[in-house]
Amino acid sequence: MKRAIAWTAFLLGSLIFILPLVGMTEFSLSMRRGVYSFDAYASVLADPQFRETFTYSVVMALFTIVFGVLLVVPTAYWVRLKMPALRPVVEFITLMPLVIPAIVIVFGYIRLYNTSSWLPLTGTAMGTNVLLMFGYTALALPYMYRAVDTGLRAIDIATLTEAAQSLGAGWTTIFAKVILPNVFVAVLSGAFLTFAIVIGEFTLAALLNRPAFGPYLQLVGANKAYEPSALAVISFGITWLCMGLIQIVARLAPKPPAQSH
Amino acid sequence: MTDPFLQIEHVRKSFGPTTVVEDFNLDVGRGEFVSFLGPSGCGKTTVLRMVAGFEEPSSGRIVIGGKDVTHLKPNQRNIGMVFQAYALFPNLTVAQNVAFGLKVAGVPKPETERRVAEMLNLIKLPEFGGRYPYQLSGGQQQRVALARALAPKPKLLLLDEPLSALDAKVRVSLRDEIRSIQKELGITTIFVTHDQEEALSISDRIVVMYGGKAEQVGTPFEIYNRPATKFVANFVGTLNVLEGVVSDAASGKVRIDSQELSLKGKLNGSKAGDRLSLALRPETIALGPKPGHDASLQGQIADVHFLGSVIRVRVGLGGGVVSLDTFNNSSTPPPTVGERAEISFSSNDLLVLH
Ligand SMILES: Nc1ncnc2c1ncn2[C@@H]1O[C@H](COP(=O)(O)OP(=O)(O)O)[C@@H](O)[C@H]1O
Ligand SMILES: [Mg+2]
Repeated sequence: MKRAIAWTAFLLGSLIFILPLVGMTEFSLSMRRGVYSFDAYASVLADPQFRETFTYSVVMALFTIVFGVLLVVPTAYWVRLKMPALRPVVEFITLMPLVIPAIVIVFGYIRLYNTSSWLPLTGTAMGTNVLLMFGYTALALPYMYRAVDTGLRAIDIATLTEAAQSLGAGWTTIFAKVILPNVFVAVLSGAFLTFAIVIGEFTLAALLNRPAFGPYLQLVGANKAYEPSALAVISFGITWLCMGLIQIVARLAPKPPAQSH
Repeated sequence: MTDPFLQIEHVRKSFGPTTVVEDFNLDVGRGEFVSFLGPSGCGKTTVLRMVAGFEEPSSGRIVIGGKDVTHLKPNQRNIGMVFQAYALFPNLTVAQNVAFGLKVAGVPKPETERRVAEMLNLIKLPEFGGRYPYQLSGGQQQRVALARALAPKPKLLLLDEPLSALDAKVRVSLRDEIRSIQKELGITTIFVTHDQEEALSISDRIVVMYGGKAEQVGTPFEIYNRPATKFVANFVGTLNVLEGVVSDAASGKVRIDSQELSLKGKLNGSKAGDRLSLALRPETIALGPKPGHDASLQGQIADVHFLGSVIRVRVGLGGGVVSLDTFNNSSTPPPTVGERAEISFSSNDLLVLH
């Protein structure tokens, strides 16, 4: 009886989640009257703007990931190693982007870095790109930091650091050869999450007026019928691919060492 | 010591208001194997970490090979370190772990490979180069850690309770292996342990530590047979302690309960009425008289444990109980509980603890 209720609840939940997806996919395949076809997808992929904005966002995502890793891994490592008392504070700071809406961040940026400010980043396209990357990094920060911090918890970083030091290693070597490889899986899962966030992000890109994929999605959605569904399915596919890759990487990674305590 | 290789001079360390190491002094000779022995929390690791450079002394000096290294960074000291938790790099194979220090030092590849093979032979794991740490047992991991520490030819080897995480059998075999490798390479070594048997069995000298201080420094023989303080006597080996009162200092008369002992020349500086603790190792006491034993006490058998080759007998002496060990002898059955008995010992073996 209990099982039956549980199963019913599960199926109902799945339906609520899956039905819209099925409906959307079905709709995206119905561009040609009477038969299913990939016409909508072909139309989307043929649109040069799709390729431009998608490429732009992918490149932005890669830069965001590199910048985020270089910012977060040393910070999380240093906090764990030298300032464990500060960990809750840092964690709180990294969670801020979850409670501060992106629109607040972007207006803050525009006020601080506008053309008449001390650092007029919005004056050039490149400057605005950099600013956008900072914004993306902030948005991805909660996920990146948590992933990396959890990864660091799994290894005894203090002793590994000391072992490396006693073997003559300096900080760069320790970071590149000992810490980074051992949190690689965590970093990758943070990277995929960052990628998924950046690809679909709208607010920052739109208000900074950069040709990103998010605003393009919105534009197409407002002006066409079948293509938005096709795009939504594509975005979903990308997000799920990222999630799947996280799982695969986590499984392929070498097993953790036998802990001695 | 004529040629001290490592000198620890008046080293003190406090964390905030608490002093953890107080005025620690030690000279270690070239090629010597010295153990730090003491209960948990007595500051062994802290002294070792100051030698390694992971902590800076609050005051004092550390000199290695004539060079003051007190403020030198740990990665510039050329010291090999082995940790209780192995601390192998989990992402690297055994060979890569052993090669780590050589790579950092910029040793050319062929030379590195040769050295790694040599090290793996030394720890008797020549076939294990391609394995990852998680594929090894604890004892094997610790041997790899030892090889990794020794590969860059350090001037000094520091081991912080390297055997504590291992099971009893591996502990004994690995400790002998560490000692034989140390002798083979002639490397100056400090070995931290809280296990007195471990320290007694492998050290040239032992530093017994208590409360951040070195209580006594000496060879295992000296530490065991001539403990300088009550703490050392109690911490190292099994000990019978009898409480006595000096009745006549000049002739060396001490009263224990209702019996009297004569201990000529052992009561320097005591006066009548002083309380003394008299300690005896179990193996120095005999049941009944024995040639060379000049002191005896009367008591009653309280307990008999037949342990095979050794019989441990406990004898009640009015106020206290002493344990003594006798060898099994197939023609004499062990005493029975309740029997009256005399114990004898040589007053030379008696430790007077003030
Ligand atoms: N970083 C530190 N901060 C504060 N107290 C410490 C620190 N390291 C060690 N201690 C204290 O110093 C004392 C000695 O520690 P330790 O040297 O690790 O002892 P042992 O190795 O003999 O068990 C302990 O009371 C411990 O709590
Ligand atoms: Mg310790």
